[in-house]
Amino acid sequence: MTERQPDETLPDAVTTWPHLVRIELLATLAAMVLLTVWSIVVDAPLEEAADPNRTPDPSKAPWYFLGLQELLVYFDPWIAGVMVPLFIILGLLAIPYLDRNPNGAGYYTLRERPFAISAFLFGFLGLWVLPIVIGVFCRGPGWNWYWPWEAWDIAKTPHLTNINLTDLLGIPASLGGVLVLGWYGLALLFWLWQRKSAGLQRLGGARFAITAFLLLTMAAIPVKMALRLLLNVKYVWVTPWFNV
Amino acid sequence: MTRRPSLWRQFYNSVFRHRFDDTPRNRLLQITSNVFLHLHPATIRRHGLRLRYTWGMGGLSFLMFLVTVVTGVILMFYYRPTAAFAYIDMKNLQHEIPFGMIQRNMHRWGAHAMVILVWFHMLRVFLSGSYKAPREFNWGVGVILLTLTMLLSFTGYLLPWDQLARWAITVGTNMAAATPFLGHQGPGAGLTGVTERNDLRALLLGGPQVGDPAILRFYVLHCIFLPMIAAILMIVHFWRVRKDGGISGPPHVDEEPRPGRAPARSHGFRPKTED
Repeated sequence: MTERQPDETLPDAVTTWPHLVRIELLATLAAMVLLTVWSIVVDAPLEEAADPNRTPDPSKAPWYFLGLQELLVYFDPWIAGVMVPLFIILGLLAIPYLDRNPNGAGYYTLRERPFAISAFLFGFLGLWVLPIVIGVFCRGPGWNWYWPWEAWDIAKTPHLTNINLTDLLGIPASLGGVLVLGWYGLALLFWLWQRKSAGLQRLGGARFAITAFLLLTMAAIPVKMALRLLLNVKYVWVTPWFNV
Repeated sequence: MTRRPSLWRQFYNSVFRHRFDDTPRNRLLQITSNVFLHLHPATIRRHGLRLRYTWGMGGLSFLMFLVTVVTGVILMFYYRPTAAFAYIDMKNLQHEIPFGMIQRNMHRWGAHAMVILVWFHMLRVFLSGSYKAPREFNWGVGVILLTLTMLLSFTGYLLPWDQLARWAITVGTNMAAATPFLGHQGPGAGLTGVTERNDLRALLLGGPQVGDPAILRFYVLHCIFLPMIAAILMIVHFWRVRKDGGISGPPHVDEEPRPGRAPARSHGFRPKTED
């Protein structure tokens, strides 16, 4: 039963009571039953008392931060543990101000905003959820890779000799900075090439610069991972103060 | 002279502001004269009811917050935030205190569920484009709430004071020591001269490593500071949902649909019906 109310202004409005309140009640009951049964059946973990003299191997952060801890394999802590989370938060905050696509507000559509949705899903699933799954299930002593069904072996210490990219290429170490800055320079090239296009006209310079910086930073993560996994590259850019 | 109301009727009227028979007027009053329910608008667009649209994630995130508040307060009666007692109190909750373990279990699993639900709430808001104007600001409030949810969970992770807790927090807070300029292991530490005793990690832990002061700091952050900030921002978040035009949805379809055909750009939602 739907009564049209005199103060209804929206064409498809129904009264909140009982339509929405009923759904909320049912969802609450279902969730509470699930949580209660789960809490009766599965106990929260409690290991031995904290001991500052005994470091477990591996020491894992809480599972929701394991994606960041996984990045420590490829990046120094100031990048993996500080800059990346900072850029994630700032980037998320910036999304509504960067996405000027008027379509797709209030309904699901991939066709009308293919770029926004693929970029977000790549970040969420590929760079956040997947590394968490790896960190939870595939990392053992020494942060070495173990399949979930594989026994942990303390003796397993694959000793890789990593090499800096500039040494690999046989160029001076100072050119590492050129490589990193050149990566972000791709945005400038793209701007010069496509600035007349409708898409970039809609964005404008400021929005484009921020968007390009965030996207290139995001894309740099799998690039560095590939460099490490395929070529054993340790750092791209080595300076006396920091390494990238 | 007006008729004298019965004692029962007077009492009833003093508590409830309206009757409950199912009339259009009472349906609105159910919402508008109830302090808790009037978080909602009195009417709502039909598609906002659909779980296929909302996934119910925001509401369930809030429910998990309430679960952790209630169980958390109960746990506080039995827990002392010091290295000497914290672990013993956990053991007592497990073995001595009636229903202690299920309180702790619901607190922990509810918190984990909240983290996941908040992520999926963000995912659905993104996929449905619900952050677009005029809702940009409320998306931002949501991002802060997401961050607070994870910080709440992180600060709670230390409190059991077992090996899992201590070393997970050690790994997590070591990142603060790597902060550029503010952490003693970060780039630029030489410029600012921070040491392990006065850098950002020391601020979080109350010292160079995870110990007694860290438990107290995390306890206060976990039980007072972060829930308070989160609660305030939740009020803003829910209020802005209404102020920004109610739950998001496809553009209004004002034209009358032709019989038997969905109107243009209905985006799969049923047109206005009188069922």
